[in-house]
Amino acid sequence: MWLAEMSLLFRRVRTRVLILVVALVPVATAIAVRLSGDGPSPGSGPRFFDQITNNGVFAVLAGLTVTLPVFLPLAVAIVAGDAIAGEANLGTLRYVLTRPVGRTRLLVLKGTTLALFCFAATFAVAVAGLIIGAILFPIGDVTTLSGDVLSLPAGMLRIGLAAVLVALSLLGLAAIGLFFSTLTDAPVGAMAGTVGVAILSGVLNAIPQLSALHPFLLTHYWLSFGDVLRTPVYWNQILLNLLVQGVVVAIFATAAWSRFTSKDVLA
Amino acid sequence: MIDLAIQTEGLTKRLGDAAVVDKLDLAVPQGSVYGFLGPNGSGKTTTIRMLLGLIWPTAGSYRVLGEPMPGANAKVLPKVGALIEGPAFYPWLTGRQNLRRMDAAGSDGQRKTRRERIDAALARVGLAAAANKRFRAYSLGMKQRLGLAAALLRPRSLLILDEPTNGMDPQGTREIRNLVRELAGEGSTVFLSSHLLSEVEQVCTHVGIISVGKMVAQGSVEELRGRGEAMLRVETDDASGAAKVLDRLGLEAITVTGEVVSAQLDGQRPEECNRELVLAGVGVRSLTTDRRSLEDAFVALTGEGFDVAR
Repeated sequence: MWLAEMSLLFRRVRTRVLILVVALVPVATAIAVRLSGDGPSPGSGPRFFDQITNNGVFAVLAGLTVTLPVFLPLAVAIVAGDAIAGEANLGTLRYVLTRPVGRTRLLVLKGTTLALFCFAATFAVAVAGLIIGAILFPIGDVTTLSGDVLSLPAGMLRIGLAAVLVALSLLGLAAIGLFFSTLTDAPVGAMAGTVGVAILSGVLNAIPQLSALHPFLLTHYWLSFGDVLRTPVYWNQILLNLLVQGVVVAIFATAAWSRFTSKDVLA
Repeated sequence: MIDLAIQTEGLTKRLGDAAVVDKLDLAVPQGSVYGFLGPNGSGKTTTIRMLLGLIWPTAGSYRVLGEPMPGANAKVLPKVGALIEGPAFYPWLTGRQNLRRMDAAGSDGQRKTRRERIDAALARVGLAAAANKRFRAYSLGMKQRLGLAAALLRPRSLLILDEPTNGMDPQGTREIRNLVRELAGEGSTVFLSSHLLSEVEQVCTHVGIISVGKMVAQGSVEELRGRGEAMLRVETDDASGAAKVLDRLGLEAITVTGEVVSAQLDGQRPEECNRELVLAGVGVRSLTTDRRSLEDAFVALTGEGFDVAR
């Protein structure tokens, strides 16, 4: 069943295009850095950009930094909003449910597939960044933000951890999208709502007067994944991020379940 | 008591203020081909959705294949094949991939036989040649056939087919009719909904007629036909004279249309009517009787015309 659900998602051209597009972002940024000669001067530009020319593996972190605020949430919102509403819109929901697949079970299937998509999209960014970084720049020992030098394997492990954290950061948004998807038969509405939440959270997070609210925002700790590049790893914000994501997932997964198992399927 | 494949008692669904289905008592005997008839908007699809556990009834109880629903959904539904309000599939998958997806979505095993079952179902609905085309490229009739194939993926005790011939050409309609007969011959109960009587009249053993959410008649085809009154039809050059004679004889519902007078016989013998007409000096050009067809019964019970029920 799970395989059927995944092949349904990944066989779809749209899913593949989404993954391709997010994977192109680190490629484009790395090429841009390369073409600009020396690259950004140290300390300037978005985080990790200044280090790409020294060490290609930083293209992974730069790619994650660039895609996390916009491209990845967009891709997740599209897939999440489509999860239930898309099936309702096609009319296939009524056939899947009368197959029969229990409603709770279908929601779990959709949720886990969605989580897998979060990982797939994030790793597409990471792998694309690694490949382009290795092609365009030298690869070597990793200098952390704290100034220490890690061997390449140890550094790669940290970078892999960063990718996992980025994927986990997306789960809260995915759960919100899944909930929205149970509210409507129009997938576009659920997608737009989910993107709206991500944007709203970003905007609120940028208003200093609302700083009291910031720790509770979905996206506030998103960029904490960079802290794995400190020695020792600075866990504080990372754990807070995981806590926020966990709470959001719990709330919205429950809401989605409560809504979906009691709803009249008229589509 | 006959075993019932579907039995509902006081089944009611309210959406807002309106009762879309109003205290419906369905009795579908096991092994029957049951025609569920009603004009557009009379509550047929809502009833079917309730039977399949897609929407919850506001009141009433129902049993499918003897089990109380919707509690026994997981047990009963694998034995029920359904076509609900038209086929629906994933446009980016081929016909065969779609069937595979539907079959794999559930968890009641039989994975080993999946390929054979899919091939058999595709062949049965005449879709084998187009199995590897994307659903997106299917014509309306082909989509409908694929929907039927999905309903036939495994042996079913009950088939619930909502307007199965929608979008089909006359040839396809005939194939569906034969298919329904075949399935009934194999022992499945077939529950067929339609707003077109002509579609179901030829295959059904039982009929239920629904109008504005209420069951207005239910029974075997013979019973429903029998309810129809025998009609007398007289063609004459003295229509008003003929009407007077028939009125004197006690016939009901006399109507005059040009040179044709028709009336309900209401127990009078047609021979007697003819004799009286001639004795009264009314020239009779032709005189015929016919029983009311199922169609007349349907129209009389649900009202005629193109207006939807609400």
